[in-house]
Amino acid sequence: MTRTLAFLPLFIAVVFGGFFLWGLNPDRDPNEIPSVLISQPAPEFELDPVVGVETPGLSRSDLAGNGTPVVLNVFASWCVPCRAEHAVLTSLVERDGIQLFGINYKDKPADAARWLSELGNPYSRIGSDLSGRAGIEWGISGVPESFIIGEDGTVLYRYVGPVVGEAAISKFREALVQAGALEREEP
Amino acid sequence: MSRLMILLLALTLPMTAMAVEPDEMLEDPVLEARAREVSRGLRCVVCLNQDIDSSNAGVARDLRLLVRERIVAGDSNSETLAFIQARYGDYVLLKPPLNTRTYVLWLAPPAMLVIALGFGAATLMRRRKRGIATELSPAEEREIHQFIERQKAEKDT
Repeated sequence: MTRTLAFLPLFIAVVFGGFFLWGLNPDRDPNEIPSVLISQPAPEFELDPVVGVETPGLSRSDLAGNGTPVVLNVFASWCVPCRAEHAVLTSLVERDGIQLFGINYKDKPADAARWLSELGNPYSRIGSDLSGRAGIEWGISGVPESFIIGEDGTVLYRYVGPVVGEAAISKFREALVQAGALEREEP
Repeated sequence: MSRLMILLLALTLPMTAMAVEPDEMLEDPVLEARAREVSRGLRCVVCLNQDIDSSNAGVARDLRLLVRERIVAGDSNSETLAFIQARYGDYVLLKPPLNTRTYVLWLAPPAMLVIALGFGAATLMRRRKRGIATELSPAEEREIHQFIERQKAEKDT
């Protein structure tokens, strides 16, 4: 009994040490909010087009049945990181042929129209979410956020924050490859 | 002194101020009280360790309005929570629910308490069983006797 008890401090140290080691893992992001939408059908929503922009509006049914997985990006003209991300999204559309849909989140239509005419409009459909209600249906915590939606309308992937910088872009491209929207690039 | 007190009291007043803006509040005080109760259990997804009742973030305001909308529509408190939980996951609840992923979280503290009490009780029992010695053992008596003899012998020489 005493002999086994002698190993108790070592056992406790190993348990706590393992826990601390897990906590120190640099790949673990404690701020990451797990999404409930992954592997679930996309939420129901229906949004009118942005007033003053030619692009048609967006609803749930537009996301499915496009023959390929699509990207849904939540953006706003008042969101500074969105501006940086815009170039990345444009390149995904123009260079890689990704189909991109947008939700214009809590934005004044006039501002959104100016923003799009200044930077270009890579979106094939844009829904204007003035109240932010569609944003809640998607469980977003802020803009920008990007989702990858499968052909059948299932949410496959969620990226919180701007897809800017090499690490973020390669992470997002990898998700697109996994979803089957992109061919894997030969290194 | 009284001036200092007044200053301190004036400084504490802003702390009690809530983020809930007047235009969000419901006319019915009973429903508003329920909305406040529900929103105190919901996490602001932007500021993470704050409830939406005290958060100034835009999403928190939207969620407060949504909570009130559901309550006015006739949802119970738990139905309102479930509505938001369906969109934001367990994470949005400040009190984590008991399920397979949170067993360790909920059961570890009572388990540790039980283990600690068990150890304490076992140690006490063992100590009591051994009892307190009232007399020396024969070996100890012999040892003391030898010691006294040796001392005497040293003194004599």
